[in-house]
Formats: sequence, structure tokens, C-alpha cells
Amino acid sequence: MTSNKQDERIRQVSFLGRLLSRPELGAVAGTILVFVFFAIVAGGSGLFSAKGIINFLEVSAQLGILAAPVTLLMIAGEFDLSVGSMIGFAGIAIAIPAVFWGWPIWASIIFAFVLCGSIGALNGLAVVKTGLPSFIVTLGSLFMLRGLTLGITRGVTGRTQVSGIHQLAANDPLNSLFSGQVFSGFISFLSDLGLVAKRSDGLPSITGIPVSITWWIILTLVCTWLLTRTRFGNWTFAAGGEANAARNLGVPVARTKITLFVMTALAATLFAAIQVLVTGSADTLRGTQKEFEAIIAVVIGGTLLTGGYGSAIGAMFGALIFGVVQMGIFYTGIDTDWFKLFMGAMMVIAVLFNSYVRNRAMRSR
Amino acid sequence: MSTPLIELKSVSKYFGSVIALKDVTFDVLPGEVHCLLGDNGAGKSTLIKTLSGVHTPDAGEIFVGGKSMRFGSPRETLNNGIATVYQDLALVPLMSVARNFFLGREPQRGVWPLQQFDIDYANATAYRELRDMGIELRDPEQPVGTLSGGERQCLAIARAIHFGAKVLILDEPTSALGVHQASIVLKLIVQSKARGIGVIFISHNVHHAYVVGDRFTILKRGRSVGTHSVNEISRDQLLNLMAGGKELVDLEAEIERLKHAKPGV
Repeated sequence: MTSNKQDERIRQVSFLGRLLSRPELGAVAGTILVFVFFAIVAGGSGLFSAKGIINFLEVSAQLGILAAPVTLLMIAGEFDLSVGSMIGFAGIAIAIPAVFWGWPIWASIIFAFVLCGSIGALNGLAVVKTGLPSFIVTLGSLFMLRGLTLGITRGVTGRTQVSGIHQLAANDPLNSLFSGQVFSGFISFLSDLGLVAKRSDGLPSITGIPVSITWWIILTLVCTWLLTRTRFGNWTFAAGGEANAARNLGVPVARTKITLFVMTALAATLFAAIQVLVTGSADTLRGTQKEFEAIIAVVIGGTLLTGGYGSAIGAMFGALIFGVVQMGIFYTGIDTDWFKLFMGAMMVIAVLFNSYVRNRAMRSR
Repeated sequence: MSTPLIELKSVSKYFGSVIALKDVTFDVLPGEVHCLLGDNGAGKSTLIKTLSGVHTPDAGEIFVGGKSMRFGSPRETLNNGIATVYQDLALVPLMSVARNFFLGREPQRGVWPLQQFDIDYANATAYRELRDMGIELRDPEQPVGTLSGGERQCLAIARAIHFGAKVLILDEPTSALGVHQASIVLKLIVQSKARGIGVIFISHNVHHAYVVGDRFTILKRGRSVGTHSVNEISRDQLLNLMAGGKELVDLEAEIERLKHAKPGV
């Protein structure tokens, strides 16, 4: 160690050994497992046709949009249980101004982003200032936001649902950002090559890639870049790994955490904007349990529940598993009641596996 | 004689009715290792915290480079080139060596909003700085949790030196370490000294302190019982001073008697 000669305690770590110490490993292995399982069980059911793939990717994408920033927040050692309620709240924050106050859709969407971002900042401030566990603080926000959503919606509209967004959004400049499809030309090109099946009327079975999938990929890449390639990412790891050490070294731990709470709130708003514009309506119960689904995806993705370690790419695979299993169960005709049992078990197994991988990572080199 | 890098003159610190420090005078010169010795409760921690700006003295003065100073915060002290390496080392075990090395002071490249943490520079610099201090890393990207205790201590010290520390305050850097690990740290202390850095080495281990120290100040119950230079005091004398000579002699006699006592009597 003190001279230049080879340290006798270093052993050559194989490529496989290095691979085995990545946080994403559990999620990648799980993805392969799930794909193989459903290829055998549901191979002929159309799950892996172009249409089926788009279906499960869309489910994964919705969850993945939440999971990417939630990963960062969890690496920083905090939970945001208010994400699900935030989706319901944001949906209403888009729908009510648009439908009842006559605002253009783009203005309502910007309004929702600003409003929900501020609530995210309040969540963060409350956690940082009180020093209470974020689990408790955001559990409070979970209920408060849901109650607020219900109260406001019923107060303004007399109902719990707001519809009629489709007509209003038809010509809105922001509409195509959150609904519709991209790469339509590319898909029809693929179908001309015979790579994407055509329907009986000669049109491709899918007409493009839903924009949510693009958001999912972009958000995952941005979060990965932030985490691994920026100062902010370094602070995020440090805030969750050893907050006191970070503070002593001048890392603005509080600011980092508040920023991350804003990011999860904005992701929930993005989720809501996509949902509202795709379905044309907002409902006070939207997003229920999404906070837990996001945590499951993140944890399957190899992020440590206590913070300091994790990967946004891993969460992407976690979300992918979620989508494949959900749609796979649907396609195989198994009662969808079994889905939650499967996901819950999957998460526990993933946690066991990931803690094994992490212990390895701390020893192997 | 050169000016002390940092100097405390008759510093006292009280916590309510408790006298934590009374009339302590202490300084460190460039390229010198000044050991601060004392048993538990002697006031070492209070003195460190006063030196590093956590506490402001209730009486007395602090001079930095000959100028009277009053530090409001640890950050201010750090900006004046006085770095404290606490026992917790301020390291994040799950993060890589290089990321820890630059934590809070990350080198950046590119322009906003695409500004990046320059990880290649960080890896290369951390690797080089540690190698220059005799610590051969296996990989700058290995997690700090995989380092030995001595290596971690060295990383924390190397980091402080890299970011311009002129005075290093080391709080019990060898106390939790085995013989070999401690020797690595002691070597690094000597190297820091050779670079002209003033080292304040806090310890209750006279054997470690005597190997590297130039001067020794012994604290007892919040008061300094004297400063001695290495060539005017022996290790045993130092040990006696620290433990309180008579008490130690009595203790030895007691142990000796117990050893020779017949079993069962």
C-alpha cells in the first residue's frame, strides 16, 4: 500500500465480479426473468407483439416518470409519500382552471406545475426545518392533498370528476407535449419493412410511440446524468450517505433535499398532465397508491432504502418489470388480483438480492 | 523565530459554572508538530473546538499569522487555512474515494445548464494527491467503505492539505487504529510537517505522540500543565506528567501486588 509494488491483497476482479457489484443488477436480472417467464407463459397471447409491447411500455412509462426523481430523493435519504395524492391534485389543478375558469390548457398546465412545485418545496422545507422523518411529513401531505383535492373539486364542480378536456386541448400548443404519439413515420417505415405487423386494413398495428414513453426515457437519462455526472448528484449521494459529514464539508444538504422534493412534485404533475390530456378528464382519486408503486420500482432498481446508494437506470428496469408483469398477467388471462401479490413478493426478493449485491460491492474491491 | 501560524493567548472557556479551559496558551509554528496531550475530560475537545472556530473563547485572544482574530464559524476558520480533521473524518462510506475527496468542492467543467462534475479530473487528482502522500490506491472509484481505518484517516488529511490547509488539527487520528495503520498516519503527519504545515496532534497516546512531536502541551482539568520540547523531556517523563506521576506509580504498585497475590487468598 505504501510502495509501488503490487499489493498482495488485491485480487484481479473479473468482469463478472464488477458486473455483480452494480446496483442495477437485481433489476436487470429480474427483467430478464420476467421476460422469459411471460415469453413461455404468454408467448402466443400477443404480449410481445408491437401492440402488446407498446401497452406494457406505456404502463412502465407512467410509473417510470415518477420513479426517476423518486430514486434521487430516496438516494438523498428521504421519502415522498405524497406523490400519488399530488397526481390527483395536479390533475384537478389543470382541469378546473381549464374547464371552469376558461383558461387555455397551456396556462392551466403551467399553473399546475408552479402550484405543485411550490407544494413540493413546502414538503421539503417541512422535512428539513422540523427534522422529522420525511415518511411522517409526507404521509401527512398524502392525506392533506387528497382531502384538499376532494374538497376543492366538490366545492367548485359539485362532483369528483372533471371531464371535457379533449375538446379544449385539441388545438393547444402544449397538447402534443403530453399526449399523442411520436416517431409515427419511423413506425410506418418499420411496418413497411415487415418489422411491425400490419392490421387487416393494411395500416400498421401501432401508429407511433406514445409520448409518455419518450418522457420516461428522457427523465431517466436526465436523472442518471444529474446523479452520476454533476455536483448536484454528488451532494445527493452525500446527503443520503452521511448527511452530517456532507454538512461539515459545506454541502448545502437542506437545499439539495428541497430541490429533490420539488422534482418529485413536478414529476407527479407531469404524470397528471399526461393522464389528463390522454384521457380527457381529471378525477380526484387519480394516482392512488402510485407513491408505493414508485417506491417498489425504485427499490427493485437497487436503491438503498436508507439512502446513499442507487441508480435511476435501475429504477427504469424496476418500472419495466412492473409494466410487463401487470400487462403479462392481463394477457395471460390470470385474474389480475394476483398482480399485487406478485409485485409485493418481487420487491421483497429484490431487496434481499440487492442487499447481497451491495455487501459484495463494499467487500469485493 | 518565525511567527506562529495560530496562537492562543490565555484562553478561557466556561460552560455555565463549568470551567472547561482556564488560561491556556498554545501555538503552532510552520513545519512543526505540536502535540496536545491529556486524559479524558482534560479539555482537549474544548480546545480543538476553540481552535477551529466552533467555540469563541470567553477570555483571551486568538492570533492567526500574528494578527488577532475572532472566528464566527468553522467555515471562516477553514477559509483561513485552519483545517480540523475530526474523528468521524467527514467521509461518506458508500461514495468513491474521489467523490469524497472533492465533496462540497467539486471541480466543474462545461457551461450552465450542462455544467458537469469533472469526474476524470477528480479521479486523477485524488489518485495523484494520495500517491504523493504514500497511499497507493487500488482504484479512485472504490468506495471509501472498502478502505482501512488508516487509509481513511490519510484520505481526510490529504483532502485538507490539498484544499490549502496551513494548520492541520488532528483529533485523535491514531486512537482507533492498529499498529501498522497508525504508523501510516504518523508517517503522513511527518510528511505534512515537511511541507511546512503546522500540525496540532491531539492524542492521549504518548507513544504515538512522542514519535512525531516537536513540542508537547499537557492539559489537565482544563489547564495547561506546561509545554515541553522533544529534546528536553523523555517519553516516560511525559507519560508521568500526563497521568500524574504519583497516581501512576501507585497504580503500578497496586497492579504488581495483585499479580503476586496467591490465587484463592
